[in-house]
Amino acid sequence: MRMQWNGWALAACAVGISSMAHAAPPSPAMLSNACAGCHGTLGGSAGPSMPSLASQSKHAIVEAMKKFKSGERPSTIMGRIAKGYSDADFAAMGEFFSKQKAHFPEQKFDAAKADKGGLVQEKHCGRCHIDDGKDGKEDTPITAGQWLPYLQIQMDQYLSGKRRMPEKMAEKVKPLSKEDLDAVMHFYASSK
Amino acid sequence: MTMDRRNFIKLLGGASTVALAACAGSPAVSSGSAAEIMPKSGRRVVVVGGGYGGTIAAKYVRMLDASIEVVLIERNQQYVSCPFSNYYIGGLISDLTPLTIGYDKLTANHGVKMLHAEVTAIDPAAKKVVTTEGTLAYDRLIVSPGVDFRTEEIEGYGADTADVIPHAWKAGPQTLLLRKQLEAMPDGGKVIISMPLTPYRCPPGPYERACLIANYLKTHKPKSKLFLLDANPDVVSKKPLFTKAWSTYYKGIFEYVPGKKITKVSAGDKTVFVEGIEDHKGDVVNFIPPQRAGRIAVAAGLVGDDKNWCPVNATTFESAKHKDIHVIGDASVAGAMPKSGYSANSEAKVCATNVVALMNGKETIDLSGINVCYSAINGDESVSIAGIYKVVDGKIAAVPNSGGISPADFSQARLERIYAESWLRNILTEMST
Repeated sequence: MRMQWNGWALAACAVGISSMAHAAPPSPAMLSNACAGCHGTLGGSAGPSMPSLASQSKHAIVEAMKKFKSGERPSTIMGRIAKGYSDADFAAMGEFFSKQKAHFPEQKFDAAKADKGGLVQEKHCGRCHIDDGKDGKEDTPITAGQWLPYLQIQMDQYLSGKRRMPEKMAEKVKPLSKEDLDAVMHFYASSK
Repeated sequence: MTMDRRNFIKLLGGASTVALAACAGSPAVSSGSAAEIMPKSGRRVVVVGGGYGGTIAAKYVRMLDASIEVVLIERNQQYVSCPFSNYYIGGLISDLTPLTIGYDKLTANHGVKMLHAEVTAIDPAAKKVVTTEGTLAYDRLIVSPGVDFRTEEIEGYGADTADVIPHAWKAGPQTLLLRKQLEAMPDGGKVIISMPLTPYRCPPGPYERACLIANYLKTHKPKSKLFLLDANPDVVSKKPLFTKAWSTYYKGIFEYVPGKKITKVSAGDKTVFVEGIEDHKGDVVNFIPPQRAGRIAVAAGLVGDDKNWCPVNATTFESAKHKDIHVIGDASVAGAMPKSGYSANSEAKVCATNVVALMNGKETIDLSGINVCYSAINGDESVSIAGIYKVVDGKIAAVPNSGGISPADFSQARLERIYAESWLRNILTEMST
């Protein structure tokens, strides 16, 4: 009887581990889906301090991840996370998120500031943050539709010198007042 | 694996009408219903458990292949997050609303079919799940049952014990009860947290709880004392950060006491006993019992030689015990990945990807996993740990020289509190939309 049960158990419970011995290396989706716990499904963030990655250019994502990894861009947790990946992984993630539909969360903003910010943006920022910030030149990230708290944290870090501004950006930001910059943040947050 | 008749019947649970050629006689009948419900027409994945793992597995199977029917079985109408429930216990939030999600949008947005029922048995050979509402068939089953308590190892622990000395290790009524007891305690009282040996759900959770209860006492009942009795010989998670937080913020009010494994409790006296020789009596006692995989995983014979946790394939999360059944989240043995909410989220996506690949005859894809976990250390500051995981030699391993904990000078702790709150919003939104 014992033998019979053992035989049955083997037949019923054997698992085809051998058939799974050859798995493909992590795909772009496999690498990127792991980010979604903090950055939202397919990179559309629901958390006000976390940026959406959806529709960012591959170039922007690769550059951001390389800078997190090297420490050039300051971070709390992203530097520690970026160290777990290769340049090829960054390229795969960039490819994946660049193909996702842009995400525009419902968020609060000051309409008057957004109107003013639109004018400031066009004059001072629009050469790189093209199409009202809905696109970006080279590695310039898409800023339209990002969460206001995320944008404000980044601008604070730029202005305090913790995060280094690209030279072209520094030239444009320097003459702007804090009110002007704040208005631009509201303009980006107002994007639909 | 070997299996004697007794275990085999236990494994069958109450599936009395499930046909099994080799099974002589009818096994005992349980509370599950044998009548078949939701007859299967096409390919189907059934997911058991609507928490951090199960919701994501159900959603991602549908996102990856909408031709596969997905039924998510969960007994409750709403889910209350365990992560951040310490915020409520410590008085940082006034109710559990920010931690509570429903399932409606998983159905509306992704076509996940909800079945609110309790799973009473799994029949791996017939590929059927027995629930309190009836029996349903699956092609592949994903089990995400969380943890259960090994209360039988604790002398004196009965059915009503948690009503007096709450564990508050599953969020909901137990969370409310622990805060109520803390609020009712007079200033000058003694609070005891008792935590089990590893592995248990959420490694930093008890230490975060110690911080937030100490923070509450410091603010509202400064003559009180808090003791954390740790069964482990030392702090098992984010040690430099928690020890720094305790010495910086909670000196004189909090004491960490390692190596105190509780083997007996007396709920009526609010007393816990260390190996039967030393007793600790509190005015409020939060006894967190030792843990194992959720009940259904044990009943279905999915646990390994340790009888507690479920061994799985590191790429597919398919059970090492039963074909076509996958186990994710706290219940599984996921190598270096900790038993955390974010791990369950990450594992669910890996599992869903490979369940869809297997059902379509495609090549499976190796895991790339992440864990991100924030712990609050007071009313305004949080610290974090991160890990990145890959499969090495068939096992889930941390990627060397990556991840790790926040700086111990707390220079980023205020900013990390802001990110922690967005972590919660994003992960709960992922689970519920």
